[in-house]
Amino acid sequence: MARELWEGNQAIAEAASRVGLEAYFGYPITPQNEILEWMSRRLPELGRAFVQAESELGAINMVYGAACTGARVMTSSSSPGISLMMEGLSYIAGTEVPMVLVNVMRGGPGLGNIAPSQADYNQICKGGGHGDYHPIVLAPASVQEAVDLMPVAFDLAEKYLNICCILIDGSIGQMMEPVELPEMRPVQRKDFPWAVTGAKGRPRRILSSIYLDPPEEEKTNLRLLRRWQEVQEKELRYKEYFTDDADFIVIGFGTAGRVALSAVRAARAQGIKVGLFRPITVAPFPYKRVAELAQRVGAFLVVEMNAGQMLEDVRLAVNGSIPIEFYGRLGGVVPFPDEILSEIQRVAKAKLSADADPIANWMKRMEMVAR
Amino acid sequence: MATLMVPENLVYERPRSFTDAPTHYCPGCTHGVAHRLIAEVLDEMGLAERTIGVAPVGCAVFAYNYFDTDFVEAAHGRAPAMATGIKRVLPDSIVFTYQGDGDLASIGMGEIVHAAARGENITVFFINNANYGMTGGQMAPTTLPGMKTTSSPDGRDVETQGYPIRMAEMLATLDGAAYVVRRSLHDPANIRKAKKAIRIAFEVQDRKLGFSMVELLSTCPSNWNLSPVESLKWLEEHMIPFFPLGDYKVAPAVAELKI
Ligand SMILES: Cc1ncc(C[n+]2csc(CCOP(=O)(O)OP(=O)(O)O)c2C)c(N)n1
Repeated sequence: MARELWEGNQAIAEAASRVGLEAYFGYPITPQNEILEWMSRRLPELGRAFVQAESELGAINMVYGAACTGARVMTSSSSPGISLMMEGLSYIAGTEVPMVLVNVMRGGPGLGNIAPSQADYNQICKGGGHGDYHPIVLAPASVQEAVDLMPVAFDLAEKYLNICCILIDGSIGQMMEPVELPEMRPVQRKDFPWAVTGAKGRPRRILSSIYLDPPEEEKTNLRLLRRWQEVQEKELRYKEYFTDDADFIVIGFGTAGRVALSAVRAARAQGIKVGLFRPITVAPFPYKRVAELAQRVGAFLVVEMNAGQMLEDVRLAVNGSIPIEFYGRLGGVVPFPDEILSEIQRVAKAKLSADADPIANWMKRMEMVAR
Repeated sequence: MATLMVPENLVYERPRSFTDAPTHYCPGCTHGVAHRLIAEVLDEMGLAERTIGVAPVGCAVFAYNYFDTDFVEAAHGRAPAMATGIKRVLPDSIVFTYQGDGDLASIGMGEIVHAAARGENITVFFINNANYGMTGGQMAPTTLPGMKTTSSPDGRDVETQGYPIRMAEMLATLDGAAYVVRRSLHDPANIRKAKKAIRIAFEVQDRKLGFSMVELLSTCPSNWNLSPVESLKWLEEHMIPFFPLGDYKVAPAVAELKI
């Protein structure tokens, strides 16, 4: 298929409809309205289900209902809307039905703003709703990568009976890039042995997240956890750039990882031996690979568009073995490659300590900038 | 004795759309009556194999144990949204929700109003027992003025706690609603009328005529602190004057139905 110029949100929506999406339920919120708008035209045209719900609460519970029938279903939203969906996400996780969520983060907390942000990493990667569960979270750094991950997201959700989230920000959602979209595939409803479709010629099925008897709930929790362990073993995705001979490595996901790549390339041109590690599965986080890299390099520089949320996962993986530096921009501010380049130059020269507090040091530097 | 089991002598049996499970409802509670009427209509219309029920959060949380149909269990108040999701991908199925007054008229007000406004082709059974049964009898949006509950201990004070909501009347104003009625379960004559309404509601859905809701005035002897018989009387004397029985919306296409 030819490469065409597509806006991120629309490309994501079109890719989903080409890989068998049967139903979309959503509610308007910037910067992801183009997904809802695209679906509102495309899905009826294809004879599939689209509802603009009364709220994100309505939307996620419509998704929940459709997911219980075994249909391929998704929703999308942005920060305040994702917060409102947390109740439904927890029920969906507890009922063990598959769904895909496109989470287009914006600046927060509260109403915040509509600028690109990564401040909802913890919210989605660490569960978000109540109870012990883990969504699978994929963080693409380009429109093409987001498009390529759509079928992966549905497959993972269905394979592990789990929520699979595509985590992006408004910049990936709204930028135009040349992309190759997947071919249109027919809808193929799988004959899941749990799906509620009407008990014709078979015993009835019940889908619920209620286990009043604590030992039964514990069994359910263990089942979820076992599946999560399998995801951790089999489904890790990440990209490495210039890591083979690197003296130190920048770590960033999504847009921050992409901006960091420009900075890393510029630094390489200046002879600085720096690499980039960009996790694509941010949940599960590739702890093992980060720990391996920590044995080979002198330091990590973590770059995020938040106050160091993924940094905590990196620190967990590194476990104090090498120094970690942090650079973040907050509240919807996107770092320029130059800013990250000067951080790379600083780290290349600095005498670093594994005992230093990366957040405190970064805050000191930030306060100089903010002043 | 054996002759009593001959089918032509059979005057009463467990609906086939029921499982064998005994219900967990308190003695005298009319949830069981409502369940039975729904199951009888599913039997009569032969719908069970196409039916997906949506259970609420409330005393009927375990409704799925009693109906021999596919079932899902919704979050508190969200049953109409969940039903929407199911019905939109399985348009030929029969989808019903079964909700209490806290579930439908308080936390789930948004979901029910918009399901009705969209003319969602689902059927809603709304059990109005004037209180939150499952959590121990707190005030509901349907609690009558002056009525004592565990969270309106001196009686519902409309100055500070507002007025009860009449859901059937409210939803009847929406163009998407095809059939919205209120019935009561306090005596055999009314129970028969309730069953007729349940039948019409399912017919409306089966013919894809739009949103249908049957509100059923129900008793809650345990939380009302009345005997089952006193409860039935209390319902008749206090609830019906405030929540008049009747047909609030019968769309022209529904009025033409010959059942
Ligand atoms: C989000 C949420 N809030 C509160 C509850 C607690 N809760 C369980 S049942 C219930 C009230 C149900 O009352 P009603 O809908 O009137 O049904 P009834 O029990 O009277 O049949 C409440 C508040 C809950 N489960 N979830």
